Amino acid sequence: MAQNESEIRYLTPPSVEIKKKKYCRFKKNRIKYIDYKDPEFLKKFLNEQGKILPRRITGTSLKYQRKVAKAVKRARHIALLPYVTDLLK
Amino acid sequence: MLNNYETVFIATPVLSENQMKEAVQKFKKIITENSGEIVHEENWGLKKLAYPIKKKSTGFYYLIEFKGPGDIVDKLELQYRRDERIIRFLTFKMDKYAVEYANKKRKQKEAERVMEE
Repeated sequence: MAQNESEIRYLTPPSVEIKKKKYCRFKKNRIKYIDYKDPEFLKKFLNEQGKILPRRITGTSLKYQRKVAKAVKRARHIALLPYVTDLLK
Repeated sequence: MLNNYETVFIATPVLSENQMKEAVQKFKKIITENSGEIVHEENWGLKKLAYPIKKKSTGFYYLIEFKGPGDIVDKLELQYRRDERIIRFLTFKMDKYAVEYANKKRKQKEAERVMEE
């Protein structure tokens, strides 16, 4: 019996998800400063409502997530980005 | 010890070109009078705001990069608050990466200008 168990055959091959490794784009591209004056770039870190995306989605490291947040908030203050919106993209 | 600062202000769109120039002159004078030194300035012109401010949907953007002692920011921001032409402003201290970035960007722009000519 024990032998049979190890020989389980699947009708359909089990799908093993290969997760793509996330990486921090700032570390990878050696970006040191995040410019608040470039709203098009900052939009990559926002969802459709203009909220900042969490790190678990963007893969940004903590150090740069803080900088992203600061840049987004500055951009919002000088009206380059909206505080609240629908359908940003 | 001088710090590097960057300031952006938005003026109301009702100003004429001359009035805008005058406002820019005024704030540049405030910086230089308080022993500041203007490093760079940029006129972004009339831009659409992402949300209305004081019931205006557009505004004149102007950016000034300057060096100065720590008390200059307070003096500048006080003048911003007193001036009713200014509807929004932002001043912050640039860290070394910000300074590096600004220098690089300026050089790039200059190179582009040379290429065009």
